[in-house]
Amino acid sequence: MTTTAIEAEGLVKTFGDNRAVDGVDLSVATGSVYGVLGPNGAGKTTTISMLATLLRPDTGTATIFGHDVVREPFVVRQLIGVTGQYASVDETLSATENLMLFCRLNGLKGASATRRTRDLLEEFSLTDAASRPLKNFSGGMRRRLDLAASLIAQPPLLFLDEPTTGLDPRTRAQMWDTIRRLVATGSTVLLTTQYLDEADQLADRIAVIDRGRVVAEGTGDDLKSSVGQQSLQLTLMRPEDATAAADTVQGVLGVTATVSPEARRLTVPVADPARVTELLVHLRTAGIDLDGLSMDKPTLDEVFLTLTGHDAADQAAPDRADSPDLEEVSA
Amino acid sequence: MTMLTTATATAPGTAGRIVPGAERTLRNRVTVGQAVSDSLAMARRGLIKIRRTPEQLIDVTAQPIIFTLMFTFIFGGAVSGDIQSYLPVIIPGILVQTVITTSAVTGTQLREDMDKGVFDRFRSLPIARVAPLAGALVADTVRYLIATTLTIVMGLLLGWRPGGGVGGVLLAGLLVIVCAWSLSWIFAFFGVIARSASSVQGISFLVLFPLTMVSNALVPVDTMPGWLQGFVNVNPVSHLVTAVRDLASTGSMTGQVGIALASCAVVVAIFAPLAVRSYMKKA
Repeated sequence: MTTTAIEAEGLVKTFGDNRAVDGVDLSVATGSVYGVLGPNGAGKTTTISMLATLLRPDTGTATIFGHDVVREPFVVRQLIGVTGQYASVDETLSATENLMLFCRLNGLKGASATRRTRDLLEEFSLTDAASRPLKNFSGGMRRRLDLAASLIAQPPLLFLDEPTTGLDPRTRAQMWDTIRRLVATGSTVLLTTQYLDEADQLADRIAVIDRGRVVAEGTGDDLKSSVGQQSLQLTLMRPEDATAAADTVQGVLGVTATVSPEARRLTVPVADPARVTELLVHLRTAGIDLDGLSMDKPTLDEVFLTLTGHDAADQAAPDRADSPDLEEVSA
Repeated sequence: MTMLTTATATAPGTAGRIVPGAERTLRNRVTVGQAVSDSLAMARRGLIKIRRTPEQLIDVTAQPIIFTLMFTFIFGGAVSGDIQSYLPVIIPGILVQTVITTSAVTGTQLREDMDKGVFDRFRSLPIARVAPLAGALVADTVRYLIATTLTIVMGLLLGWRPGGGVGGVLLAGLLVIVCAWSLSWIFAFFGVIARSASSVQGISFLVLFPLTMVSNALVPVDTMPGWLQGFVNVNPVSHLVTAVRDLASTGSMTGQVGIALASCAVVVAIFAPLAVRSYMKKA
């Protein structure tokens, strides 16, 4: 029997004048990782809150494995795990006490609760810190404990709200690893992120959400090809070569290069990275010397600009207005 | 909970596959048994919190000692002629006043607690909705127990010799704790609907101060003007104080005990559902 894990239609949630979620449709296949990509304030967390029965939608419907989130919230809660943007564990309790509490609340008693707690602490490398107060925990440790607490009941659907926001690259990679292993056990994951490369790395399908609406949906490749896949940045030794270089690009790849104002940089959309070598050979033959070159993946900003015609930072909160710089991470 | 007990304790990615959603046995309601066990798990959390933050017990330790000493020596001579004969009047009065005031703190602390992220997780779990509130309230009976014990011990040190004996005093203490727990649902409700912890404190003080002062807790009623006596005599706090005095000095269950317990039942029946419903609505 194949049921879709999440089926949402026309979800709307308004806070005062602000339509935080403005008609979101989602369909998530069982066993897949679904990425919801968007800047701060786009409505990602509100959408998750409605799917996780934490908020009641103003209009629209959503089902989790066929169970309506409004009519059967208690059933839905037995099927989901939620890991919030901000670690939702008890600050005054130790890691062990937190996990024991959530084990008991999930119906595990005595020895089986103790065993599950011990296993999870080990799995998430928290054994050494198990009895330390949480206020001494690093961001990554909190996030791991939070995820561990969500996994106690082994829910078939897991909501991860910005699981790696604010983590350093190494911890982030560990988190990605954990998520991949979860999916391998048959879990369905819906994750929100502000990072295109994160959605690209983990998600089978991605929905781009902007001002409460889904503006694009598809696989990571679909999304990237909508913004021209990757781009090649060429820096010339001599600015006067710019026209000749642009002509060569046109001749070899059949695309128009954008010449930067100071005429030393060319940006070339690349559909097939393998043909870059060919272009470089032609440039050398033509006697055009390069000062530098790099292949860049599209950033969330570029995806946004292409899809919505406005900058991702438009709706970001002032304190987080920095657009994520992702070129290096997924290289 | 079948799906959970049959689930293996395997960590993600090692061996066990997650049971697909469609193959699970699911219920759309909470059983009473689960509500009780969830509340107890929450109460255990509350007790750990109390142990971790002993500074929050200052009010229940200092207040009984200071108030008992203060009121006994200030009012003793004036009200009852001497301190010894005032003790049977004042100790039950202080006991009720102190423990009930303590129950208001529950609302304030609940408000602070609810602002933390962990309450989001509680709301996303398949647990009884009443558990996070009930658990906190049950854990707080420890605070009432401390206040009750200290007040009684202070009284005994000052020379209070209750005629009801050990049994009568224990029953009196138990009655006060039960009533404080019932009343704490009112403050839990305030805690849930209020915007901030300090506003809960404000509302609670406004309700409690007149209620505990305009009663027979500290002084005999006969010297008050008639209209005030009318209020004092219907004030549930007066009934509770009278019930505690009867239990402590004679060890007998009077009708007052029945009235106090019935009032408590009414308070819980009204405010527990109100508090839980508002808690659920709160985003």
